[in-house]
Amino acid sequence: MKKILQRREVVNFLLHQRDDLLVVAGLGAPAWDITAAGDHPLSFPLWGAMGGAAMIGLGLAMAQPKRNVLVVTGDGEMLMGLGSLAVIGAHKPANLSIVVLDNEHYGETGMQKTVTGLGVDLVGMAKSAGLAQSMLVANKTDLENLRNEIYKKGKARSGALFAQVKVGSEKLPLVLPPRDGVYLKNRFRIELLGSEKALA
Amino acid sequence: MKNSNQSKPTHWSEPVHSLLREHQIKQVAMVPDAGHANLIRLCEADKKMKVVRLTSEEQGVSLLGGAWLGGEKGILLMQSSGVGNCINMLSLSTSCQMPLVILITMRGDHGEFNPSQVPMGNATETVLSAMGVLVRRGDTHEAVVEEVAGALHMAFNTSRPIAVLIGQKVTGAKDFRKLTH
Repeated sequence: MKKILQRREVVNFLLHQRDDLLVVAGLGAPAWDITAAGDHPLSFPLWGAMGGAAMIGLGLAMAQPKRNVLVVTGDGEMLMGLGSLAVIGAHKPANLSIVVLDNEHYGETGMQKTVTGLGVDLVGMAKSAGLAQSMLVANKTDLENLRNEIYKKGKARSGALFAQVKVGSEKLPLVLPPRDGVYLKNRFRIELLGSEKALA
Repeated sequence: MKNSNQSKPTHWSEPVHSLLREHQIKQVAMVPDAGHANLIRLCEADKKMKVVRLTSEEQGVSLLGGAWLGGEKGILLMQSSGVGNCINMLSLSTSCQMPLVILITMRGDHGEFNPSQVPMGNATETVLSAMGVLVRRGDTHEAVVEEVAGALHMAFNTSRPIAVLIGQKVTGAKDFRKLTH
């Protein structure tokens, strides 16, 4: 039997030596995962806004076309904002990657099944929506390939990258990011834009 | 704001487009409404602006949150029926104190003919206020321009979401039965 990927290991691997990557994380486990990998001023973990992570990534990618932007989210969060795949597919941001950690469950509400566990194919949806590259990641080799794609510079792709990473649904220790949204926003903008512009 | 030789007021969209340029608005996110058609055309023709075609209005709230994180200003255009779609996403703007300007053309307002537009139209201001969005309203072309000018200034200087409602007296109540002739 093949070993299923563990979400923290996946995120640690993707964020290790993260270059100048800008990171947005969907609420719940993905926000804890990016924090467990090391809290960073250029990480924007969400505490709400369910269904909005990919669109925050698009707005950020359009505002910062020279930077790579990574959205790390969960299957439940992505399923709530599926329409955003259509928007992202149509607008083709070459510097945006969306990584869905798919454990096929709503982890924060008692591990109820999501529809990805009932056959819904997110990679197929992303492809149909016109994302330049959409991949299923199920093992270490796929994951290495994904990391290379996320960090490619410039116009290496003709649009956004989408990855559905199949991960286990084991319970992991909570590693919570700061909860104050104003703080998270300001530290991100100050780090990215400099305090003069960020606080103007 | 009257033209010098006639009584018809200048349409709000041209001065509002100038205001958007003045405030360096880069991302124009929208689910279209007939009342916004002229402004959308002006923004599409403007090389300094990127028009983002949403499939549902709440996407604009999150999109422009991301734009602000990245140092770009945006504006969100929708009709009042889209406000209901935005309710939970507005928590991003309020809890992070993100500046957000929403231009909302009203339906279910003065002279409406479609019964299904009335409930959301009637609730628009209440719903926005309940979520912590400041609400301003213009019922003449001149007032719309003035309110948009104030909202842009206030939203980006005081980091908060502000909606400007454009009344149906300005956009005109549509009647599909007449539009088809």
